[in-house]
Amino acid sequence: MTRFGLLMSAALLSASGVFAGTVHPTNVDFVDGAIEVSLSGMPGDPENGAVLMNKGAGNCIACHAVSQLSDLPFHGEIGPMLDGVADRWSEAELRGIIADAKQMFDGTMMPSFYKTEGFIRLGDAYTGDAHAGDVQPLLTAQEVEDVVAYLKTLTDE
Amino acid sequence: MRTKTSMRLGVGLAAASVFAMAACADPDDDQLVVNEEIEMITEAAAPDHMERVRTIYSGWRFRSDETQAVQMDDFDNPAMIWVDAAAEVWETADGTEGNSCASCHESVDSMEGVRAVYPKWNEAAGEVRTLEMQVNDCRENQMGAEPWKYDGGDMTNMVALISSVSRGLPVNVAIDGPAQSTWEQGKDLYYTRFGQLELSCANCHEDSYGLHIRSDHLSQGQINGFPTYRLKNTKLNSVHSRFKGCIRDTRAHTFAPGSPEFVALELYVASRGNGLSVEGPSVRN
Repeated sequence: MTRFGLLMSAALLSASGVFAGTVHPTNVDFVDGAIEVSLSGMPGDPENGAVLMNKGAGNCIACHAVSQLSDLPFHGEIGPMLDGVADRWSEAELRGIIADAKQMFDGTMMPSFYKTEGFIRLGDAYTGDAHAGDVQPLLTAQEVEDVVAYLKTLTDE
Repeated sequence: MRTKTSMRLGVGLAAASVFAMAACADPDDDQLVVNEEIEMITEAAAPDHMERVRTIYSGWRFRSDETQAVQMDDFDNPAMIWVDAAAEVWETADGTEGNSCASCHESVDSMEGVRAVYPKWNEAAGEVRTLEMQVNDCRENQMGAEPWKYDGGDMTNMVALISSVSRGLPVNVAIDGPAQSTWEQGKDLYYTRFGQLELSCANCHEDSYGLHIRSDHLSQGQINGFPTYRLKNTKLNSVHSRFKGCIRDTRAHTFAPGSPEFVALELYVASRGNGLSVEGPSVRN
């Protein structure tokens, strides 16, 4: 989908009044692994982003260490440390990496947080049972934006 | 708002602490001797079939000194309570034929070496069999008894008893000949990225062992220590129960204990530990 197309569909969605401005996980437009526009059509909330770094389906610090969150125990070592991450990546790149890091880094271990298709033996959350019905992404569009907004605060300069 | 200097200092300190974590995150250099008698091989050259790992380590080497110590003496190892329970069952007749395990096998010491070579191709059955499958075959066809639940307590206790008499012997499962296709199936499963988190066994236990994922210190996922007493759930855990939990935790529809998929995966993962000592029943967190 072109950026113009994306804007058009965002406009149509917003005209429908439901999920105004939200880009569905199957309609995300990646350019070199980055996503230019807000997935929710709204700015992110860095405070909620900080919560998601630790809790729930985000749990970013399971794999990434963040000095600013050092009051939280047990930061992981699997992925790169996130201090200064906003100096290394643009907002669009951060959004793309969170939504589906495999678009930018082929074969990366990082889960795709805004994706609903292509899974092998998709389960019903952590029950071990098969999944039924509509698939929800690990993070909502707004939650992706919130994490992006928090990461944008992690600058070295 | 912190100053630039304190930010830089903070980053430097954090980087230093991450390096310190990494340094103590590798397998340690401790040596495992159980009951001051059984010398365990906890580190060995990787089997030839492993292309991406040079050295294999028992999960014991990734645990804290406190957890390690619990496995070093059978009086401290809680798993031995269930081994003792299984030793009584070994002598107890069950089923229509009036047989116990001991009726055919005499002392459980006759099982020495068995754990080390399972899963194993069974020519008469035309399939790869785990120890659990073989135990139930005995129960049904030699004893006329009901089969045990694959990962139930009776079964896991009995497997722990049978494993215990092979402790110290090197794992040596065969992967060629008639077992090869099952082994290949297990290898495919090992590298399959399951569930919504899209994680394979290899992501954590081949690519990332030695590192922390949140508070978990990732080991190589070796199964030479099963059945395993876990401090986390204070009971004996079978290999397939652990597989089931791991795949569940990828947000996947997991497989059932005793399923053909887990039999194949057990053969493959066991073969990644060829050369390490049988430790079951071990102690982990």
